[in-house]
Amino acid sequence: MIRGLTYLIGFQVVGELVVRIADVPVPGAVVGMLLCFAWLRRTRAGDDTALVRAGSGLLRHLQLLFVPAGVGIVAYLSTLRADALPISVALVGSWLLGLVAVAWTAIGLERLTGAPHDDLPAPDTGTAR
Amino acid sequence: MSPVAHTADAVLEVARSPLGLIAITLGGYQLGRWLQARTGGHALAQPVVVAIAVVGTAITLLDVDYPAYLDAAALISFWLGPATVALAIPLHRQADQLKGFVVPLLVAVLVGAVVSITSAVLIARALGADEVLQRTLAPKAATTPVAIALADNLGGIPPLAAAFAILIGIVAALTAPAVLTLLRVRDRRARGLAVGAVSHGIGASRMLREDETEGAFAGLGMGLSALATSLVLPLVALLLW
Repeated sequence: MIRGLTYLIGFQVVGELVVRIADVPVPGAVVGMLLCFAWLRRTRAGDDTALVRAGSGLLRHLQLLFVPAGVGIVAYLSTLRADALPISVALVGSWLLGLVAVAWTAIGLERLTGAPHDDLPAPDTGTAR
Repeated sequence: MSPVAHTADAVLEVARSPLGLIAITLGGYQLGRWLQARTGGHALAQPVVVAIAVVGTAITLLDVDYPAYLDAAALISFWLGPATVALAIPLHRQADQLKGFVVPLLVAVLVGAVVSITSAVLIARALGADEVLQRTLAPKAATTPVAIALADNLGGIPPLAAAFAILIGIVAALTAPAVLTLLRVRDRRARGLAVGAVSHGIGASRMLREDETEGAFAGLGMGLSALATSLVLPLVALLLW
């Protein structure tokens, strides 16, 4: 457990160093993720390595880690209420547009290159089986 | 002092300490997980939503202000960084699926960053939000720590930017799989990528629960979107203001 966490923090530390030295406006953890990915590929890490076990444990409870920041919503409730309409329409509207843009660009380009994927189970047509 | 008043003081003191506040946070999260299991994984029963409601109520009743809570709970939010690094793991497990998808993926994330920044600012402006609010809304598709840093650079309100990022993550956790199915997006890689790119960690954690591939690409989408938003935002800002 601690060994795996040490690896994860190590990658984040290197990520922070890279970001500061190269002076790029990207969070160190994101660079750490890319470095960790490269490491996992190189070592062909299996599911039983310390890094994979500790990391999977953390990811299972990713939502918990957002709670402290999320409580900020309660703290800023009055600001949110004053501009509720523009905030909620802009948030939801641009989220939806962004979601459509990413998803349709990706599947559109897949079709152009001739490699579309269809992974979902066939839709239920409502006929009795 | 009466023994009752003494006990009440002791309870309040412990509840307001970092130990008490972390216990409340973990308790709220466990309650959320219990509700999720009880409702058979209902989309509305997201542990993060339940935990935020429990903690929000608790700190209001205990009269703890938000910055003090944030300090006390630093032990929890600290792990966001290592967890972001750990998003490399589902990606590593799914790496074979990247074949033939690298170009669509990179282009899509870039397009997504431009669309979500511009549309957030223009919609807010059309509905009469002031410029500071527009600048706070612009980076909301990026993951929370990135959104905070970007809003700060841009002249927005950083803590509010964090709240927006969380809110949009919650909307995604509740609705994203159904919306994508309505949009006829049936490639699990594209589904995960889209959610991660516009609704970061909370969206990604929902997709991770749905399906391993969707979760992996959501993690990748989140990481790349943080990169793309950081790079695109200064350029788009020149055009918008």
